[in-house]
Order: sequence, then C-alpha cells, then structure tokens
Amino acid sequence: MMREMTGAEMVMQALIDQGVEHMFGYPGGAVLPIYDAMFHQNQVKHILVRHEQGAVHMAEGYARSSGKVGVVLVTSGPGATNAVTGLTDALLDSIPLVCITGQVPTHLIGSDAFQECDTVGITRPCTKHNYLVRDINDLARVMHEAFYVAQNGRPGPVVVDIPKDVQFAKGMYVGPENIQHRTYQPRLKGDPEKIKAAVEMLAKAKRPILYTGGGVINSGPEASRVLREFARLSGYPVTSTLMGLGAFPASDKQWLGMLGMHGTYEANMAMHDCDVMVCIGARFDDRITGRLDAFSPDSKKIHIDIDPSSINKNVKVDLPIIGDVKHVLEDILTVWRGMKAEPDRRALAGWWGQIDKWRARKSLAFQPSSSIIKPQQAIKALYDQVKDKDVYITTEVGQHQMWAAQHFHFEEPNRWMTSGGLGTMGYGLPAAIGVQVAHPGSLVIDIAGEASIQMCLQEMSTALQFDLPVKIFVLNNEYMGMVRQWQDLLHGGRYSHSYSESLPDFVKLAEAYGGVGIRCANPADLDGAIHEMINVNRPVLFDCLVDKTENVLPMIPSGKPHNEMIMPDHPEALDEAIDEEGKMLV
Amino acid sequence: MPPVIEPAERHTLSMLVDNEPGVLARIVGLFSGRGYNIDSLTVSEVSHASHLSRITVVTTGAPPIIEQIKSQLDRLVPVHRVVDLTVAGKSVERELALIKVRGKGELRQEALLIADSFRARTVDTTLESFVFEITGKPEKIDQFVSLLEPLGLVEVSRTGVAAIGRGAEGM
Repeated sequence: MMREMTGAEMVMQALIDQGVEHMFGYPGGAVLPIYDAMFHQNQVKHILVRHEQGAVHMAEGYARSSGKVGVVLVTSGPGATNAVTGLTDALLDSIPLVCITGQVPTHLIGSDAFQECDTVGITRPCTKHNYLVRDINDLARVMHEAFYVAQNGRPGPVVVDIPKDVQFAKGMYVGPENIQHRTYQPRLKGDPEKIKAAVEMLAKAKRPILYTGGGVINSGPEASRVLREFARLSGYPVTSTLMGLGAFPASDKQWLGMLGMHGTYEANMAMHDCDVMVCIGARFDDRITGRLDAFSPDSKKIHIDIDPSSINKNVKVDLPIIGDVKHVLEDILTVWRGMKAEPDRRALAGWWGQIDKWRARKSLAFQPSSSIIKPQQAIKALYDQVKDKDVYITTEVGQHQMWAAQHFHFEEPNRWMTSGGLGTMGYGLPAAIGVQVAHPGSLVIDIAGEASIQMCLQEMSTALQFDLPVKIFVLNNEYMGMVRQWQDLLHGGRYSHSYSESLPDFVKLAEAYGGVGIRCANPADLDGAIHEMINVNRPVLFDCLVDKTENVLPMIPSGKPHNEMIMPDHPEALDEAIDEEGKMLV
Repeated sequence: MPPVIEPAERHTLSMLVDNEPGVLARIVGLFSGRGYNIDSLTVSEVSHASHLSRITVVTTGAPPIIEQIKSQLDRLVPVHRVVDLTVAGKSVERELALIKVRGKGELRQEALLIADSFRARTVDTTLESFVFEITGKPEKIDQFVSLLEPLGLVEVSRTGVAAIGRGAEGM
C-alpha cells in the first residue's frame, strides 16, 4: 500500500498496520502532530499516564502478559529522559517495546532548543536499537523495522525519535508487507548436531536439572508446553529464575521452586550437585549463580539461548545451542523420541530421593503469628483466595517481591510480571495497569511494598481515569525492607535512611484518588479484608501492616556458593554470613 | 578452585556495518560501556552504493572476553558481519603515520637517513623540519617513532590499523 500522508499520520497508520490496539503516552510540544493524528482515528486506544516512566512500565506489563509489542509515545526532552528507566528495565528483562519520542525540528537539533535532548544518544545503551528519523521518506520503513527488531530474536525496546518537522512533512507511506530487514535475521533453529549431542548428554544424566528462565516465556506459550512435555517424558526436576516463573506449573511434583539468592534449598542444592544442567532461556545472572568459581562444579552444562552473547558470558558451558527455546526444545523432543532415549531410571530415583531430603528442610518455612501479620502469611492468604481465579500478579522490587515469588505459585506463563534484571522500584503499579488494559476482565494485583509503591503511585490516577480496577497489595513494614535486611547483613544493623517516617495514610490517599482504601493490621481480619479487596470492581490500595523485622530467607549470602544457604531455622547465621570479599558485591 | 585467569591477547576485529548515523557511537559505546579495550580503531565507507562501512578494531583481552566482544558486536542491528582476523587465518595489517621532526645540522641528517632506511617518504620540508609519511605494521611505526624521538620529534599522527585477510576470499 502506497499512499501520501504526513509523518504523524504515517505513525498512526503504521501502528494500525502493526495490529496495535493500545498505546501508553503523555503529550507534549514535540508530539502534538501525532496526538492530532490520533484524534482522527478510533483503532488505537491511548492510555494517558501521569509520568513517562509509568507509560513504559505499563507497556512492559501489557507486552509481557499478552505476548504483543508494548507501544509508548512521549515527547522530547524530559518526556524521553523520564522514559529511560523503563527502557533500561525492558532491555534487561527482554521485553519487546516500541517507544516513539518527539524531537525538536531537524533544523534546531544541536542548538540546545527548548525541550531538546540527544534522545538517541541517551537511549543508545538502554535500547536494543534506536532511530532518529530525519527524512520523511524513511519514516514508514523505520516504524515497521522497529516492530520487527523489538519482537524478533531476543526481544527488547526500540526507540524511534521523530523531529516535529518530519511529523508535519508529507511523504509516501509503505505498509509492513514491503519491509524486509537487511541484516537482522536471528537464528531460530538450533544446530542439529548439537541437539543430538544434547539428547545424548541428557539421556546419560544421573543427576539432571532443567534450569529455565524468562526466555521460555518470551518464546511464547508453546515453549512452556514443550518444556512440560519434555519434563514429563524425562522425569527430570525443573527449577526457574524469577523471570521464568509460570513456564512450569508450581503444582507439579517435578517443580523445585525458584532458584538463586532467595530460591529454595532443594533448587539450589540440586543446581550445585547436578551432573547435567540444561539452562533454557536463562543467562547465569549473578542472583542465580552465587559465587561463580563454586557454581555447580561437577556438572556438564547445556545452554539454550537465542542470544549468542549470553553464551559463556558468566559461566563457561560445555554445549551451547543458539536458537529459540520453542524450536530447540521441540527438536530435542523429536530427537529424544527418535533415538528412543530413556532416562536412567535407577539413578533418577536416587536423585529424587536426595532432592526429597533437601525438600524436607522446608526452606520457605516461617513462624506464623496470631498477633501480627507475617508478610509471608499475607502472601499465602492472598494466594489461597485468588489461586482459582483468572489472576495476574505484578510486583515492585524488594522483600515483598521475593516473598511473592516464594509464596505465590504460578501454573501458567505470562501471569507474573516483575522487574528482574534492573530491579526497578515503581514498576509494579504501572505494569499492573498495563496488564489490566490487555486483560480487562481479569483480576490484576500488584504486590507492593510501602516504599516502592510511592515511586509511581501517581498512576493510581490513570487507573481511575480508564476504569482499570487493579489491586495494590502493600506489605507495609515502614522500612525499605531489603535495604534494612542488607544493613543487618553488612553494616551492623545501622539503619541508615532505610526507615520511612511520615508515611502517607494509604487509605485516605486511595480515597483521594477516587479509589478504595483498605487497611488490615490483625491476622484474624486478613482473609475478610482480602475478600473485600478482590470483590470490589475498582482500584484498591490495600495497606497490609506486617511484621517490621522479618527477613527474606532462605538466602545465599553474596560471595557464597549454592550449598552454603542461610536457612530460616538458623537465621542467626546471617550476622556473620558475608566476608570482606562478599561485601563488595551487591 | 580459584578462577583461571587467562592471559590477554591482541586481536584484530574487522566488521562490515551499515553506514548510518550513530553506528560508530554504538560500537565505541559498547566497548566503553562493557569495559573492553580499544587499542586502535579505523572506520571508513567501503561501498557507497550499499552504504557499507568497514570498521577495524584492535583490542586486547583474555580469550573469553574476545569471544564476548565478538558476539556483543554481532548482535548490534546495523552490524552485518564480524570477523576476528587474528584467528581467521593469515591477514595483512597496515597503518599509516605522519611524523614531524624539527632540528638542524647533524640531527637533521640523521633523521633523513633513518627515514630512508624505513622507506618513509618526505612529504613536507622546511629548513628546520620534516614531515615523514610511513606505512607499515604498527610495530614498524612504533620503532620508527622511537628512533626519531631523540632527533627532534614534534608530533605523530597515526591512522590506526587497517586489516584484510590474505587469499582470494572476502569477509
């Protein structure tokens, strides 16, 4: 389709042709023509945010829960710089986004014009790719390329910076069907020889483990299905990173729980003692590996990843397979069946026997209380009431995030949205709003802390404006809990600026926004209060007052290997857990 | 088990990239952002019709770091190909330098003799200075410069390394 139109009209037409239904944005001088073009159409719905960081996190929640590309529209200068945190978050967690930024007119670029910033310069290291469109004749192509780059290969955010004069200029629009990217052609299928070698290694394994990550989710629901099929066929245990929760059902007996710094004892011990590890769409992040030179010392490692730069970055692997998780797992299944491979049943029974002993340590145990709400108890109570519903969970960052990961259990992919790589406080509420836009009939809950929630709380207003009945479940311990925990760990309990005095009255605050506020401080009232929250069809801010001193356990202290976890039955070990070298790590 | 520290190696990487605004910043930013070394960098358009530039980077790092650098470069959207000329087989490396010396009498004589023995060309002369042009491997230029040091060396301008594989095949 070739048609003459303005740059602003091209932007809207490209969004429509890319199948975009929702976008998140905030207007300003340098994007007014695009907002005007938006005014003349009804196909793409725009969600007006309160801060550009919120727009990007909303697009992330939208993308991660729906599998579509999230779209953001912001103005030049501060609009673009406010988006940077969200873009970096999306880059680290591999979330496909297209972020359109307005720019001052081309003849003013470089003159320090009003609301000018070097958007492509600033966003170059925090995007998968970015473009400054100086010529109207490039605009349609760049828009379609941006969608292609964002969602193919390892997904990520793409910025398209469009000067205002280009938005007004007229040119020929070309549709997406005519665009083919010259160079960017990521490899989807794994090398057949390596897949065969992987099956041979897997069939011979005596103590295998499948270590899965966010790549399984990014690869699509089919990847989760194939993962489940392979796990069932082989009988091998499965663990996952924070980002991969839901790819494998938590109710399955082969599920070991999350691994890593606050993962379960059985998952971490199995990682340490395994003889064959298959890393599927994960990247050996430092939260996962603990002390690198003591990481799973006796295992052969297979690594499936679509991004070649993830291979051997932190951990040297024996068999890298470059490809998309779904394709590679499908091929592994086919070869496994073709070779009539059988797991070593006897060895496997012994391995499961060992795993059951680790499980018996009950690493997620905590002491419930009848006088004060334990944060873990709050998550459990929430989980018990919503687990059979069509529910999506987002989180902020900190202790509550870890407790949610430990005590809320996921059966399906795309149900869990959290800021894993960048660890962005303020992610959860806007992400929940984005999820609710994608799934208007579903129950969407942001599990939050009272510190994180205040970083993007203004988006309550967005939720009200667009009738998005998200629930914000705040575990309020009046501390930046994870900071306080690390001050216990490393700095002799000197709580330097980790206590929030002058907290707002969250109930009144919710009401001020036009939402519903609920407070609960008594364990006996918790179930009733949660029941009330999930049955209100409006945005709710739930202020759950919890034990102020609780720490997240179990824990691999920084600088320690997987088999030196601090367990909830010996929390005093926290005091001396970290040596001088470990202190340097985060 | 202490981590095995592998010794750093010098590698010459050649890449073909889209000649678009910002591509050099993208590559240089990748090196600085991830803490890699750039010993030398050359860049120039090699095909006007297909908008391709060739970038040659000389870098040092332990073998796993060199591998990382290559795959990090390779995944950049405007990068078509990355070839590690140091491992790809035999290659030719050349650099051009312009070198200014200032002096009179015996020193001037000596500088001219050395330039002659290195097959450097004299591209500018005044009564008290020369500018020499020399082409060769970086080590040869290093040596030439160090010999001129005591003979009134004023300044040096070097292009950085351009490199290409030997034999009939292209990258």
